[in-house]
Amino acid sequence: MKALLFERSMPRFAASRLASTLGSGRGARVAPLRLVDADAPRLPGASWHRVTPVLSGICGSDLATIDGRSSRYFEPLVSFPFVPGHEVTGTLDDDATGADGAPLPAGSRVVIQPVLGCRARGIEPPCPACAVGRTGDCEHTAFGHLAPGIQTGFCADTGGGWSTAGLVAHETQLFAVPDSLSDADAVTVEPVACALHAVLGAGIEADDLVAVVGAGTLGLATVAALGHLAARGLLPVPRSVVVGARYAHQRALAGDFGATSALPSDQLPRAVRRHSRSLATGGTSSGRLTGGADVVFDCVGSAESIASALDVVRPRGAVVLIGMPGRLSVDLAPLWHREVRLAGAYAYGTETAGPSPRPTFALALEAVAALGTGRLVSATYPLERFEEAVAHAGAAGRRGAVKIAFDPRLSTRGGRR
Amino acid sequence: MSPRPGFVLEVDGSTPPTLFWKGEGFTLERLPEGSRVVYAPEPLDPLKDPLGAIRHALAHPVGDSEPLRALLRPGMRLTICFDDVSLPLPPMQAPDVRQMVIEEVLDAAAAAGVDDVVLVAALALHRRMTEAELRHALGDRVYEAFAPHGLLTQHDAEDPDNLLDLGRTAEGEEVEINKRAATSDLLIYVNISLVAMDGGHKSVATGLASYRSLRHHHNPTTMRHSRSFMHAPSSELHSSNWRMGRHIAKSGVKVFQIETTLNTDTFPSQFGFLQKREWEWNLKDRATYAATAAALDATPGRLSRQIFHSIRAPHALTSVQAGEVEAVHELALESIWRQQGVPVEGQADILTMGLPYICPYNVNSIMNPILVACLGLGYFFNLYRGKPLVREGGVLIMQHPTKGDFDPAYHPSYIDFYEQVLTETTDPTEMHKLHEESFATDPWYIHLYRTGHAYHGVHPFYMWYWCAHALEHLGRVIVLGGDPKVVRRMGFSPASTLADALEIASDVVGPSATLTHLHTPPILLADVQ
Repeated sequence: MKALLFERSMPRFAASRLASTLGSGRGARVAPLRLVDADAPRLPGASWHRVTPVLSGICGSDLATIDGRSSRYFEPLVSFPFVPGHEVTGTLDDDATGADGAPLPAGSRVVIQPVLGCRARGIEPPCPACAVGRTGDCEHTAFGHLAPGIQTGFCADTGGGWSTAGLVAHETQLFAVPDSLSDADAVTVEPVACALHAVLGAGIEADDLVAVVGAGTLGLATVAALGHLAARGLLPVPRSVVVGARYAHQRALAGDFGATSALPSDQLPRAVRRHSRSLATGGTSSGRLTGGADVVFDCVGSAESIASALDVVRPRGAVVLIGMPGRLSVDLAPLWHREVRLAGAYAYGTETAGPSPRPTFALALEAVAALGTGRLVSATYPLERFEEAVAHAGAAGRRGAVKIAFDPRLSTRGGRR
Repeated sequence: MSPRPGFVLEVDGSTPPTLFWKGEGFTLERLPEGSRVVYAPEPLDPLKDPLGAIRHALAHPVGDSEPLRALLRPGMRLTICFDDVSLPLPPMQAPDVRQMVIEEVLDAAAAAGVDDVVLVAALALHRRMTEAELRHALGDRVYEAFAPHGLLTQHDAEDPDNLLDLGRTAEGEEVEINKRAATSDLLIYVNISLVAMDGGHKSVATGLASYRSLRHHHNPTTMRHSRSFMHAPSSELHSSNWRMGRHIAKSGVKVFQIETTLNTDTFPSQFGFLQKREWEWNLKDRATYAATAAALDATPGRLSRQIFHSIRAPHALTSVQAGEVEAVHELALESIWRQQGVPVEGQADILTMGLPYICPYNVNSIMNPILVACLGLGYFFNLYRGKPLVREGGVLIMQHPTKGDFDPAYHPSYIDFYEQVLTETTDPTEMHKLHEESFATDPWYIHLYRTGHAYHGVHPFYMWYWCAHALEHLGRVIVLGGDPKVVRRMGFSPASTLADALEIASDVVGPSATLTHLHTPPILLADVQ
């Protein structure tokens, strides 16, 4: 059995950070990530089950970790060594009960809701956030009977999706995948859940102008989520959704998912100005906007993307960070002057839109079925070709791709699909 | 020797290569044998005494009008409107004909004791002219006498305080024009009719109108039914303007129209070869061409643009007529056709043309891709009377370097049009429905139009509408030498050589297609039988 293991190694962290200056994903060759022989992780308790990964995505936070660009903030919240992979669809090794309380026979396809909250950690009573289902806000992610780890894929005890050895998941993490969903669809449930959670928490009002910065997996999922939720009456209908995307295929997909307008990133301020009918200082319309979008989702998490979001948000508007940022240098003068709200949007939990509260993952499974987000999966790799896979993920936009995933089943066969 | 008329050359084995403009440069292309090249007539001899001719026109008006002096009286309110920087092309050597006419008018007004005189540049939705451009058009004497006192103004189609609603035509078209002009005792319009489209009722009904008024004729439907703009009886654009002009007159606005025509002496002597037919190039012409073309190829774009935009044409006055609008315009048209008309037998499968560096909307600026389309499909394609030079379903090949460059100060809404509208649709009707109003009423474009030197927000739409007839008529548009990405954005096909372009064209019109090359500038009007 094989697994990709990420270890604590300061020299390798430094080397991968240096290598990543050549481009995202370039750190894999020297990062403290290696393919090892591995056994299945032990079951931490009675409500835990083994899951054999079928597909496991490579996410922006994985790339940041491998490239040594992750914030040091996370150091006490992860435990080494760990097997990455928190976007996981797999099959149950034995009979289990799902997060919704329904029985899941062995062999069932499931997606893992990776947040390791109080219940997974055996902490009773749960923290106030977990008590109301807001597992993403759990106050105990470094405590309980598990090693620290905010999610499966960052915890030494649970394993992760980048493995043929499997991982262990608490029953509160298990969501059944309907037969109508392909494996590719299922592996996008996690990022779609992130997007749904961010959109539902953004305070969007009817007729708002919404801007989305970046159209990688999260950006596209955000665009899709906006349309999906609005169409189902779970979100007030925005007036327009304007997307700044670097690559043509991203713009095309954003259009397919319902963006009013998808433009090259450098055109976003112009487009927001047009849609908001704002003025602009500076003599030509390339100046700073006086108005702007009501809500801006930054789906990248870089200094440039946050600055871009601040450029296009209206006074007293909101900038929501969905893409994981790190230590950055950003001019916050416009945020101060325009009284902009800057908010993070992390993970998922329980959403209160609609007639009754529902887990974000349950909403995400429906959204994925409706939207066909499996089309975002551009290539899958066996674990053995992890350097290539990570490099592909790091250059996904440039190479015409969106989501790159590992298919551990290929590891016995070799090659890429 | 009197100037020679226009000419249609049939290309044979002995025909030298033909000059094609390509923006700020040119190439020599060998056209297939059997192709036809339409050459402009040589420039007509100028009027020997232009000032005398102007005075004569003012004193001997045509149509139902009294001489100018009889219309002037102390205490009256007089407004003199004039064509803006879009005419003539290239800008003419000083003194500009507007200066010559306006100085005569002002002398007459002064002699009659008229004190309340205001000059208005008839911009319509064009950009405001710069001080240098105003000084060039009017001369320093006029500029200094009026501008410092706020008496030289530029029409502001977005100034609600200076627009007057004159009601509607019988067809329901709203007529709203410059209030100062409309409430004057006499409105004198000083025009330059460079082509047959200019002048007539279009001067006031378009040049002094608001967007609310202009939209009735500047729209895809009208443009598609203007076949061509150069022949008023076949032009719905002109029919609408004529209805409005007559409505303006009926509303009590007294217009004294002064129309001037120029000869086609377009380029100064150092570019003399551009005025000649290639087989008549002498050694000096060939050497000048070779040196100029090579030097331009090696010159950075910005510098070559500066060089070309500094050209002042030696245009000279060929006629001036004054009085009642329609009578004046008829005479001006006769002069234009006398100068520019070329009889052409039948249509071709392929029409080729080289597009120069300038069109009415990029004087002292960049020829952006939308203006390239407008110059080729809107203007040059429409330089005909009767039938287009190319048959329906035929192919237009136009040479121009067509880059994605824009002037952000002059053409801000063009950038958004290119990025946000053309990415969605190239169909004039569709974009009219979906986007025109939001561009036209965008407060930022309006601000830039009113306070800076920006074309109105709706202007790129109008440029695209100008192409509507050609887009409907043609089977394919090929841009020779353009940036492929930019060319495709506009829905056209890119080609890197003329041979490639002809190969692409053959997919539409077959391998043994006929070809006509429109050898302009200098400007010509094809009278296609």
